[in-house]
Amino acid sequence: MNSAPLNPVYRRRLWIHRIGIALSFMAMAVGLFFLMWILVTLLVKGVGALSVGMFTQTTPAPGSDGGGLMNPIVGSLLMVGLATAISTPVGIFAGIYLAEYGEQSVLAQVTRFVTDIMLSAPSIVIGLFIYAIYVANVKHFSGWAGTFAISLIAIPVVVRTTDNMLKLVPNSLLEAAFALGAPRWKVATMVRLRAVKAGVMTGALLALARISGETAPLLFTALNKQFFSADMNAPLANLPVVIYQFAMSPYDNWRALAWGGALLVTFSVLGLNILSRTFFSQKIRN
Amino acid sequence: MNIDKQPTIEISGLNFFYGNFQGLKNINLKIHEKKVTAFIGPSGCGKSTLLRTLNRMYDLYPGQRAEGKIMYHGRNILEPGQDVNMLRAKVGMVFQKPTPFPMSVYDNVAFGVRLYENLPKGEMDERVEWALNKAALWGEVKDKLNKSGLSLSGGQQQRLCIARGVAVKPDVLLLDEPTSALDPISTAKIEELISELKQDYTITIVTHNMQQAARCSDYTAYMYLGELVEFGETDQIFMNPAKTETQDYITGRFG
Repeated sequence: MNSAPLNPVYRRRLWIHRIGIALSFMAMAVGLFFLMWILVTLLVKGVGALSVGMFTQTTPAPGSDGGGLMNPIVGSLLMVGLATAISTPVGIFAGIYLAEYGEQSVLAQVTRFVTDIMLSAPSIVIGLFIYAIYVANVKHFSGWAGTFAISLIAIPVVVRTTDNMLKLVPNSLLEAAFALGAPRWKVATMVRLRAVKAGVMTGALLALARISGETAPLLFTALNKQFFSADMNAPLANLPVVIYQFAMSPYDNWRALAWGGALLVTFSVLGLNILSRTFFSQKIRN
Repeated sequence: MNIDKQPTIEISGLNFFYGNFQGLKNINLKIHEKKVTAFIGPSGCGKSTLLRTLNRMYDLYPGQRAEGKIMYHGRNILEPGQDVNMLRAKVGMVFQKPTPFPMSVYDNVAFGVRLYENLPKGEMDERVEWALNKAALWGEVKDKLNKSGLSLSGGQQQRLCIARGVAVKPDVLLLDEPTSALDPISTAKIEELISELKQDYTITIVTHNMQQAARCSDYTAYMYLGELVEFGETDQIFMNPAKTETQDYITGRFG
């Protein structure tokens, strides 16, 4: 190819190509640089706090030494687990409804519109909403209130991914199932949902990752608790709020625990993302 | 060949509409039992539309409607009272592109059977083997029944879809350009299969390939712009068509 003189049109395209590649490479480098900076800072500052004690001891009282994050870890696991158990089925069923009837019914179009608004609503608004309708009425903060708040954040994520994934299923596959005389609900669940099972599961995992780090909605709902508790009807300790409070405290051991907690949350979310991606790509290969 | 034999499906005065557009105009046609009937014609002539009225596939899409009569077992299947799921269990369909379900080869074949019959494991195994044999696929997949249906080659996937259609023991099989996405060897296998299957089933095939219509079918319908131009025994349509339009299309002067 180096013998023939390059045609000017081709030469121009080649330069546009090179500039394009250089720009996108720079954009990638900027994004990656800050991401790595955050991760490295977290690692450097958080690794010091990682110890067995972090998982076995409860949050320390002001001025006392040591302490751990056992109660907020348990509280977060409880709330995130329950919220996932609520939001995954609700979100998947709503997504099926939207994909099946979304083009025809007004109700479905309204649902899709509201879901989109919920997706971009600031999470503190969701927290205030639960505060107003639940916490203010029962007159105490609670683990349930926190669970409801983060469920409301997770549901639209699951609805949207399920809806989008189901729409990717080609019509011909659905027609093939209908052609065998399958009723609509069987086509929707046994063929359509199944065809994009991995994508829908990824959506549920991404929603889980999203709610594990939410702080704002928990401030007004679950609040915090200094001692170990698994009572969902009382204020419940959780990692994001503990990180928020400890990071701004004057005590060195609190700030170290905040870094440790942040490391824990970040790497759990990262782990979930990696898990969902490998799950997804394996399914595609099959 | 006896053209007066009792037809399986008798279409009369059929009109079809996509919203305001009329896709089929006054179609009258008899589809004969245990024979292969081919619909040919240029793209957009309505041959697939006609095929899709026979199992009321158009019902899935609001705005599409059919008027007229399609008599099947003494009933007009276009009537609102017709149970479309029961109709589709009796009138199977295979599509242009292979459409294996996202499940194992075995479950693909068993899917339709499970909708209507509650067979014990042993009988279901027999049915699956029988259907895969009917579709000339058993030998190739008997060791990978638990593999995903999507892991098969295109030609195998299409035969899997035929096996799936046959497994529910229908009367009629509708084939909508079943070989247009396949290579010549797979096409030859499917064509062989069609002549095997017509011993047990009434088959209707839409095809763009005129040699295929000539090779596989007993009757041929030539359609143009939503109208049925000519219908008759395949030999007569190809050797001695009554209308010049048919002759022009078949000899490649048009279309």
